[in-house]
Amino acid sequence: MNFFHFIIENRGQVLELTLEHLWLVGVSTLLAVVVGIPLGIMIARWPRWNKPVLAGANIIQTIPSLALFGFLLPVPWLGERVDRLAILALTLYALLPVIRNTYTGIRGVDPAVVEAGRGMGLTDGQLLFWVELPLALSVILSGVRIAVVISVGLATIAAAIGAGGLGEFIFRGLAMVNNQVILAGAVPAAILALLADLSLGWLELRLRPQ
Amino acid sequence: MESTAANDLAIEFRDVSYTLPTGQLVLSGLNLEVRRGQTLVLLGRSGSGKTTALKLVNRLLSPTGGEVRVNGLATGDVIRLRRSIGYVIQEVGLFPHFTVERNIALVPTIEGWPEERIRTRVRELLQIVGLEPSMASRYPRQLSGGQRQRVGVARALAADPPILLMDEPFAALDPLTRNELQQEFVALQQQLSKTVVFVTHDLREALRLASRIALMEAGRLVTVLPPQGFLRSDDPWASAYVRAFGVGPASAASRNEVRNEVRNEDRNPS
Repeated sequence: MNFFHFIIENRGQVLELTLEHLWLVGVSTLLAVVVGIPLGIMIARWPRWNKPVLAGANIIQTIPSLALFGFLLPVPWLGERVDRLAILALTLYALLPVIRNTYTGIRGVDPAVVEAGRGMGLTDGQLLFWVELPLALSVILSGVRIAVVISVGLATIAAAIGAGGLGEFIFRGLAMVNNQVILAGAVPAAILALLADLSLGWLELRLRPQ
Repeated sequence: MESTAANDLAIEFRDVSYTLPTGQLVLSGLNLEVRRGQTLVLLGRSGSGKTTALKLVNRLLSPTGGEVRVNGLATGDVIRLRRSIGYVIQEVGLFPHFTVERNIALVPTIEGWPEERIRTRVRELLQIVGLEPSMASRYPRQLSGGQRQRVGVARALAADPPILLMDEPFAALDPLTRNELQQEFVALQQQLSKTVVFVTHDLREALRLASRIALMEAGRLVTVLPPQGFLRSDDPWASAYVRAFGVGPASAASRNEVRNEVRNEDRNPS
């Protein structure tokens, strides 16, 4: 039985686990964007928050994913449903690239443009939404793109705590010492990562100013 | 002493000082007045405090001592104040993701002018600053340096502010374009009579554009003189400038037109 055979025979499950995988990655990325972009804006405006926020996000990155899943397991509300837990962990990992790129993007806006805007009487909000965010958009998006690609890979670990996703095949294959089963998880995950990377890369290019 | 009614003064610096958080003194004891319709040129080298003085007027900076009054008021809504003051900087700072039209229309748009009025105003401004109407739909990156600064001036004039602040607006342009824009500035100023504060380190530019020249050095105001007076001044700083630019009586006779222009002006009024 070769790899393609396995995929075709188990297409129902492959599809189901792929959708689960997408769900984990999609929801966690969305949360990371909702939390990370405001944080990035905040540290761009008040630079004294820059160090603590980025250091915090950095420290999260250094925690091995398997350990983080394990740490969060006993937390009351989270531990009840492992997919919640997996989403939280993935969100935490996705935060750093989103925060850092939002910060870099906003700080990278030509100071002359900001000064002119301020000098002409734009309010802070107008400056943010009309000037800084539109001009930083492609940099922010490239942070989101990095976050998504990392998440697709990391989400396979979520299967270790029973949160589903394509990691199921990988762990099952490891237990069975069966490469075909491992590949049935790894190949779709790699394709997902590539597709996400390509489509977000295309969007990033379209949104780039100039 | 000139006696001027208080309401004739558009901008007043009253014993103004500005100190950086690091303790460095950028401006000290600045007393200066700008009358309505006058072009005051702040002349000085880098670090003399002239840009700081300019930014105190539209309160991009706040004085750490003394007060800066605009139309007699030292306080009030900063946003309103800035929208009533045109601001032109050397780097221009056009919004790269806005067309020329939207750049020029910025202040009228945030002030909520009706669309038709904005469109008419943009067309009018393009003509005032010498740009083709077809430029309206271009993006800043598609323009030359000179064209960009023309748009910068148009943007500053958009809501017809009584005061215009210009921070070395022509310094980054090539000499020919600079010359052109200076000439147009003089013509425009005759027509519009704005109150202008113009920062430059170029004495020739100052002589050409100024009603009065305020010479600054190391955070202090050295002297305030009309252009003719500046050339004849025996103030050491002023004469150092005159010598450095070769525009004084000491320089070769045929060297520059500025001097002749100034001489002619000298002869006429008396």
